[in-house]
Amino acid sequence: MMTIFKMTSGAIVSNLEHHASIHEINRHARNIRINIIKMLATAGSGHPAGALGLADIYAALFFDVLHYDLDNPKSPDRDILVISNGHTAPVFYASLAEIGAISEKELWTLRKFGSRLQGHPERNRLSWIENTSGPLGEGLSQAAGMTYALKYFDKNEQRKVYCTLGDGELDEGNIWEATMFASKNHLNNLIAIVDRNHIQLDGDTEDVMPLEPLDRKFESFGWQVLQINGNDPAEFIDACSLAHKNLDQPTVILAHTIPGKGVDFMEGDYHWHGKALNDDEIRSALSQLEAEKYD
Amino acid sequence: MIDFNLNERFLRGDFENKAVREGFGEGLVEVARNNEKVVALTGDVGDSVGLGEFIKEFPERFVEVGIAEQNLVTIASGMASMGMIPFAAAYAAFSPGRCWEQIRTSICLNNMPVKIVGSHAGVNAGPDGAAHQILEDIALMRSLPNMIVVAPGDSVEAEKVAVACAKDSRPNYLRLARAPSPIFSSDNSPFEIGRAYVLREGSDVSICTTGTMTAQALLAAQILEKQGIFAEVVHCPTIKPLDSETILQSARKTGRVVTVEEHQIAGGFGSAVAELLSQNSPTLMKIIGINDRFGQSGAADELLDFYGLTAPKIANILASWL
Ligand SMILES: Cc1ncc(C[n+]2csc(CCOP(=O)(O)OP(=O)(O)O)c2C)c(N)n1
Ligand SMILES: [Mg+2]
Repeated sequence: MMTIFKMTSGAIVSNLEHHASIHEINRHARNIRINIIKMLATAGSGHPAGALGLADIYAALFFDVLHYDLDNPKSPDRDILVISNGHTAPVFYASLAEIGAISEKELWTLRKFGSRLQGHPERNRLSWIENTSGPLGEGLSQAAGMTYALKYFDKNEQRKVYCTLGDGELDEGNIWEATMFASKNHLNNLIAIVDRNHIQLDGDTEDVMPLEPLDRKFESFGWQVLQINGNDPAEFIDACSLAHKNLDQPTVILAHTIPGKGVDFMEGDYHWHGKALNDDEIRSALSQLEAEKYD
Repeated sequence: MIDFNLNERFLRGDFENKAVREGFGEGLVEVARNNEKVVALTGDVGDSVGLGEFIKEFPERFVEVGIAEQNLVTIASGMASMGMIPFAAAYAAFSPGRCWEQIRTSICLNNMPVKIVGSHAGVNAGPDGAAHQILEDIALMRSLPNMIVVAPGDSVEAEKVAVACAKDSRPNYLRLARAPSPIFSSDNSPFEIGRAYVLREGSDVSICTTGTMTAQALLAAQILEKQGIFAEVVHCPTIKPLDSETILQSARKTGRVVTVEEHQIAGGFGSAVAELLSQNSPTLMKIIGINDRFGQSGAADELLDFYGLTAPKIANILASWL
């Protein structure tokens, strides 16, 4: 199970009022999780743990936080979602189906020949994808470049750039180069979301390459740090509102999530970072998720 | 021609498939038992690049650097300068893909015996898609002075490659495939860095191949034989330095050379053969590989077929060319 984390700093945020009710967002998150399992089942490979752990944040992003136009994925006013941890793509694809941007049927083409839903997101395949990813460590710099262009070239303070990152991904030096750049340039409209789930491919993050004290690392690099329970959409939404109020610094949301959330045999176990489920496991996972009722 | 001792089962058409990366992992354990200077490093992909058994047997000689490929190869360089023989293993897309300049300076210009192990090279990486299917690594590595470049043909040869590289005092790049592929060599097959092997004699055309494409070339030669075309198959596990003598001899004999690789046509193995032939014995050539495009998601076999890298597709190209 998960190592207990200590919140050494960062605001613990409170509940505000939201667009979709939290109850509805929870229901969407449950649907997204079910589709993640079904997608990986038809694909026969992929990365379940991170995607499941991020479902609550993605539901909150797509049903509350992000500004987008369902009819025009390239709408010039939209917020940008940069996915740096590209292996979690199933949670993004399932979210697109949940808002109705793509059909549920298309989800079953994941990782298959000719699909728009490549194993890792490819920008030229699907207009909803802002950046091609998979190779870890490249998203935050792209997000910083976008935010810089918005702030200093377009003089646009409205549009926000969100960037999801894995915690293992923070091992990459490229991330910390981006972190320095963003604070040097006061990229206040950049919001990094770290999926702090304590797992990566080879094991627990603190065994592979210790990250703690992570909050103080980001703080000393000049960022506003917010710590939340990443499986609580309300906390995430509140953290985003706080981030928007900071007009000087970029914000990182350290989202403490449970990898494999909702499926008991996966929760907290790093072996599920990138393993396909067998038939029994699929049945068990689906029955657990479907038992959650939100009527 | 020395006897290569092709695998009996392969010759009977009864293919045993195994991933090259697994064979490498077994070879590395063998090497480590005999040489305590051998250490293994990875960037958070230990098991998937074949280090599983090494980590179990030699935990004290295993070094985890996390997802940090630039750090991985430069740490390996530092260890090598203190007398160790580091095998730095990751996905080829990221090492050498991400850390080329670090390899250039801290390993090649420094001339350190670091073994860069790049797994999941080529479209056989499968459903993960284009970003993970590196098709440019041969070009990246063979352009570096001091670097030796080896692409084992199957898992059995990969074991021998691990052993040979540990004994080699130069920087080496080992290019490994992820998906299982047919074993065509046997325990008695020879392997030496810098040697190419004629696996099958022929008079009409020489097919020079590297990596797992050799099995496909052997099968293509069988198909062609039924059409009255006799292809010679020259297996070149070492891409740099090329075995110029063996390749030139075969080219002069048949008068036509086809190369096959799971890599971009630009700058790869075929380019290396063209550099050799054009300057020593100009020969009509055809370079079969990926033609200036990226890979994509799909099953390994499906993708190899789509990109024209299976025996029937290779045989077709040859038949229409000759
Ligand atoms: C540059 C790079 N190196 C290695 C990999 C292989 N890889 C894919 S995911 C992963 C682990 C990522 O850990 P984390 O970011 O914490 O994601 P999680 O397992 O929590 O989903 C690794 C090593 C990669 N995709 N990119
Ligand atoms: Mg993680």
